[in-house]
Amino acid sequence: MQTDLDARGFDWYMDRAVAVGVFVGGISAIVFIIGIFLFVTREGLSFVIGPMDLKEFFGSIAWRPTSIRNPTYGILALMAGTASVTGLAMLVAVPFSLGAAIYIAEFATGRTREALKVLVELLAAIPSVVWGFIGLSIMNPLIIDLFDVPIGLTVLNAGVILGLMAAPIMTTIAEDALKAVPDSYREAAEAMGATRWQVVFQVVLPAAKNGLMAAILLGVGRGFGETMAVLMASGHSINIPTSPFDSVRALTATIAAELGDTAVGSDHYGVLFTLGIFLFLVTFVINLTADLVVRGVREQ
Amino acid sequence: MVDAAPKLSVRDLTVRYGDFTALDRISLDVLPNEIFGIIGPANSGKTSFLRALNRMEEFQPSMKVEGKIYFNGQDITAVRNVYRLRQKVGVVFPLPVGLPMSIYENVAFGPRLAGVRKRSELDEIVERCLRRAALWDEVKDRLNALGSLLSGGQQQRLTIARALSQDPELLLLDEFSIAVDPVTTMRIEDVLRELKDEVTIILVTNLVQQARRLADRTAFFLESELVEVGVTEDLFTGPVVDQRTRDYVEGRFG
Ligand SMILES: Nc1ncnc2c1ncn2[C@@H]1O[C@H](COP(=O)(O)OP(=O)(O)OP(=O)(O)O)[C@@H](O)[C@H]1O
Ligand SMILES: [Mg+2]
Repeated sequence: MQTDLDARGFDWYMDRAVAVGVFVGGISAIVFIIGIFLFVTREGLSFVIGPMDLKEFFGSIAWRPTSIRNPTYGILALMAGTASVTGLAMLVAVPFSLGAAIYIAEFATGRTREALKVLVELLAAIPSVVWGFIGLSIMNPLIIDLFDVPIGLTVLNAGVILGLMAAPIMTTIAEDALKAVPDSYREAAEAMGATRWQVVFQVVLPAAKNGLMAAILLGVGRGFGETMAVLMASGHSINIPTSPFDSVRALTATIAAELGDTAVGSDHYGVLFTLGIFLFLVTFVINLTADLVVRGVREQ
Repeated sequence: MVDAAPKLSVRDLTVRYGDFTALDRISLDVLPNEIFGIIGPANSGKTSFLRALNRMEEFQPSMKVEGKIYFNGQDITAVRNVYRLRQKVGVVFPLPVGLPMSIYENVAFGPRLAGVRKRSELDEIVERCLRRAALWDEVKDRLNALGSLLSGGQQQRLTIARALSQDPELLLLDEFSIAVDPVTTMRIEDVLRELKDEVTIILVTNLVQQARRLADRTAFFLESELVEVGVTEDLFTGPVVDQRTRDYVEGRFG
């Protein structure tokens, strides 16, 4: 027997419809990502099982995919380019973003605080091509003048640009991590006679350390995957850098610059997709680590 | 008791939050080594009183304090080194706050701030304070466990141990038993009775019977004003000074 408790009214259908809608939305995002990964893998696979030589791929600095007689596909220099630029970017971004986050979360009050938060979000929204443009037209002559070097499109240039670019988003995430530390901790520590700095360094930062780690890792991921700004500011020449004044070429920039000139299905085309797989895996690992680290926060 | 110089003299203390007056011209003395109770209904200004004593006003941006507070004869409303003051005035908040560090570090936190570095000295302080807070036996085997993982009652005793770690001269307790079971409450009350030989205690409580059990003298706050202050037992059974006090302690209020 049907009672009114079993009746399927408008609310019931509505609830169902929304549930299904949300489910489809959520699933399709995952499906798209898997689809992209499968596509990239398929395009790269012909190279991986064909001409790829692991030792040459990771061990050689010779990236000569267009050589007609003897093409070589060594990505060591490209990895060194990406790593040096990302590393320098983090040297710039970590102190900047943590400092800004500490100031905004712990010291700034009222209007200043709100204004700074808006400013940081505005900075985070600057498109990367604009950063690349700044690298090309402002940083480049500046570096040439300042250090008396022949070219300003270098690790230094790209690293600083990338650092400034990653800093705002890192600041936002780090600030969230600091804000998540309960005020009662601060109050208890201050009641013990701790100064503001002591509270920050001995209570708040340790309590927020997982969130701060995640912020840094996401910054690394951002730097790793950035293409346009690095392409424009790094000089784009294959090189294992020995100083910040060397030009380098990044993995991402290589794909962006070369893919348009390759014939679909050629070895060159395949190797670029293999680079894509490699980048995908590395960023995946970085993001996963960040995620696990953040999860660590919640479990505490 | 009568001839001792007061530990704390409050004169015309007024506390405002913006336009709202939370305490209106309070004057009272707290004597050395007494337990001084403060009772009163919600929003009567008890917590505001403690905040003023510890100079914790910076956490309440709109809070303004007027009047004089003499601690050992010195007016503390304008002292510059509030950090030193707070080391001499321990506070226990209503909800226990175990800092996110080990039990040991929770207690060693204050001494470390004050510059104590020697391990043996810290060990000694940690053990002494945990014993005084009646927590030592329960945690002595796991001093390195996280303080925030203790039970509520244990955390509150940890908070008391931490407040004692700097040998405060004045201990402020704000409704410490709000999140603590009756048995633990009794244990903490015993602790306080023993402590009063060494420290002066101000005990804010919602439980009039707790004030009656513990406090030597008690003040009754009502709607931002000090209605009456006197020997605790007199508030309950002595001649009626102010009918409102008698109504409150006998639960006839509203
Ligand atoms: N930061 C603040 N900003 C504005 N008003 C406040 C603030 N803190 C307290 N007040 C107000 O001041 C009055 C007294 O508050 P207080 O916390 O001192 O009361 P209390 O006696 O401790 O009450 P309870 O027993 O509920 O803890 C209340 O009306 C409260 O709303
Ligand atoms: Mg209160």
